[in-house]
Amino acid sequence: MLKFQNTTKIYDKNHIGSIAKVALDNVSFEVNKKEFVSVVGKSGAGKTTLLKLLLAEEKPTKGRVFFDGQDVHKIAKPSIFHLRRRIGTVFQDYKLLPTKTAYENIAYVLEVMGYEDEEISRDVPEVLKIVGLSDKSHSFPAEMSGGEKQRVVIARALIHRPDVIFADEPTGNLDPYHTSEILKLLLNINNFGTIIILATHNKEIVNNLKRRVITLENGKLIRDEEKGRFVL
Amino acid sequence: MLTLLKKTIKTGWLNFIRNSAISIATCFIIGMTIFLITSLLIMKDVADYLINVIQEKVDISIYLKDTVAEEEILVLKDEIAKIPEVKEVQYVSRAEALDRFVERYKNNPVVIESLAEVGNPLLPALNVKAWQANQYDAVVSFLENSPSKDLIDKVDYHERKPVIDRISAMTATFNALGIIMSLVLAIVAILVAFNQVRLAIYNAREEIAIQRLVGASNWFIRGPFLAQGAISGVFAAVGAALIFSIAIFILSPKLTVLFSGLSISGVFLSKFWLLFFIQLLVGIGLGVVSSIIAMKKHLEV
Repeated sequence: MLKFQNTTKIYDKNHIGSIAKVALDNVSFEVNKKEFVSVVGKSGAGKTTLLKLLLAEEKPTKGRVFFDGQDVHKIAKPSIFHLRRRIGTVFQDYKLLPTKTAYENIAYVLEVMGYEDEEISRDVPEVLKIVGLSDKSHSFPAEMSGGEKQRVVIARALIHRPDVIFADEPTGNLDPYHTSEILKLLLNINNFGTIIILATHNKEIVNNLKRRVITLENGKLIRDEEKGRFVL
Repeated sequence: MLTLLKKTIKTGWLNFIRNSAISIATCFIIGMTIFLITSLLIMKDVADYLINVIQEKVDISIYLKDTVAEEEILVLKDEIAKIPEVKEVQYVSRAEALDRFVERYKNNPVVIESLAEVGNPLLPALNVKAWQANQYDAVVSFLENSPSKDLIDKVDYHERKPVIDRISAMTATFNALGIIMSLVLAIVAILVAFNQVRLAIYNAREEIAIQRLVGASNWFIRGPFLAQGAISGVFAAVGAALIFSIAIFILSPKLTVLFSGLSISGVFLSKFWLLFFIQLLVGIGLGVVSSIIAMKKHLEV
C-alpha cells in the first residue's frame, strides 16, 4: 500500500552559505494493508520528513514514494487532494485552522469530501465525544490547551475513515489517561483495516504495542523489526 | 451545487466577521478606490459640460450682400443647416441687427447719433455654430465651393480663427489630460486595493496551506475567499455610494456656482443607478480578481 524506495531528502542543498542537512538517507520500506507501524528515532531523525514526502508536501531529492502503486510525486499539484483525502494526518504542530472552532475544524474535512450536512452533524459530535471534547466543540484553537488541540487533530484525522492514519507524535502533549485512550482508539481503528503509522519518542508506548517498529537515526533506517522494541 | 454555493458564501461571511480588523481595512481601501473612480466619472461629465460651455460661445457670422433677397438667404440657410458639422444656423436680418446694435450702444449717445445720420449700415447675416470648434474649416470650405458664394459679402472666420484654434487646442488638451490623469489615478487606486487584498490573503497563507494538506481542492479553498472578497466589495460600494451621495448634496450648491451653473447633484442623480452599478462592479471585481491573483502562490502546497 505504502512504499518508500531509496528515498533521500536533503534540505537547503542549493542555498549558498547554508549547510545541507540530510533528513532522509536512502530509506526503503513498505507498509502493507492493516499494518500498525511505529517509527521511532531521536528528534531530527527524519520521522516528520517521511510524512511530508508521503503527503507530497516536499519532493524527495532522490528515490520515490508510492501510495497504492502510484508515485505520489508524479501527481499534478492541483490533483494532489485526492491522495491527501486518503491519508488522515495528526500533525505534530497541530495545523488547526485558527478561525474555525473545534467542531468546524473537524467538520471541514467532511465538507471537503462532500458529505451531507446531516452526516456532518451526526458524525462530528460523535468523534468529539470519543476524544473527550464534547464541551469544547465551540472553542477556537487559541482557547484550547496543547492536549485539547492534539485531540481535535486526532479527531480530524480519523473522522473520514481514511486508508492510512499518519500520527506524528500524537501523544506528545497528552496526560497518561488520554495517551492510553488515544492508543486504544488507534488500535481499534487499525482492527477495522486502517493502516496506522505512529511516529513517536515514547518508549513505553512502543514497547507495549508489540507491533512492527522502524528505527531511524540521522536519516538512515537502521532497524525494521516485526514486534520490535524501542531501541536507540 | 446550490448547497455548495450557500455554504461557500456562509463560510466567506464567517471569515469576513472573524477577521473583522482586516475586513474593515479592506472595505475602506476598496471603498476609497470606488470613491475615486466615481469622482473621475463625475468629473468627466463636468469637464464635458465646461468644454461645451466654452464651445457654445464660439460661432462665425456670414455677412450677405445687402442686395440679396430674404428668400435667397433662407435657401442658403437651409443649405448650410444640412452640413453635418453644423449644429445651428440663425438668420439675423438687417433690421434685427440694427435693433441689437442699438440695444448694445444705447448708453453711448455719440454712436446712436452717428447711426441716425448714416441710416442702417449693417448687413444681413447668418450666424453658424458647429458641433466642435475645429469644424469651422469644413463650413467655410463648403461656402467657398458653393454656387451661392456670390451672395456672400464676407465671412468673419479668418478674424476669429486664432481664437477658435486656441479653444480647439485647449479642449483637446483638456480631454487628453483628463483621460491620462483618470487612467493613472484609477491604476494607482486599483493597485493599492489589490495590495490590501494581497496582504489579507498573505495573512491567511498558513490557513490555505493547512486546507491543502487536509485534502481540500483549490476551488474548495478559493470559494470562501472569493465570497469574502465579494462581500468586502459590496460593503465598500454601498459605503462609497452613501458617502458620495452625502458629499454631493452638501457640496452641490457651491460647486454649481463654480461650474457655470452645472448642477452636480442633478448629474449625480440622473446617473445614480448606473454609477451604483459601476461601483458594485468595481468593488466586487476588485475583491474577487485580487483574491484569485493573490491566492495563486499560496495554493502551491
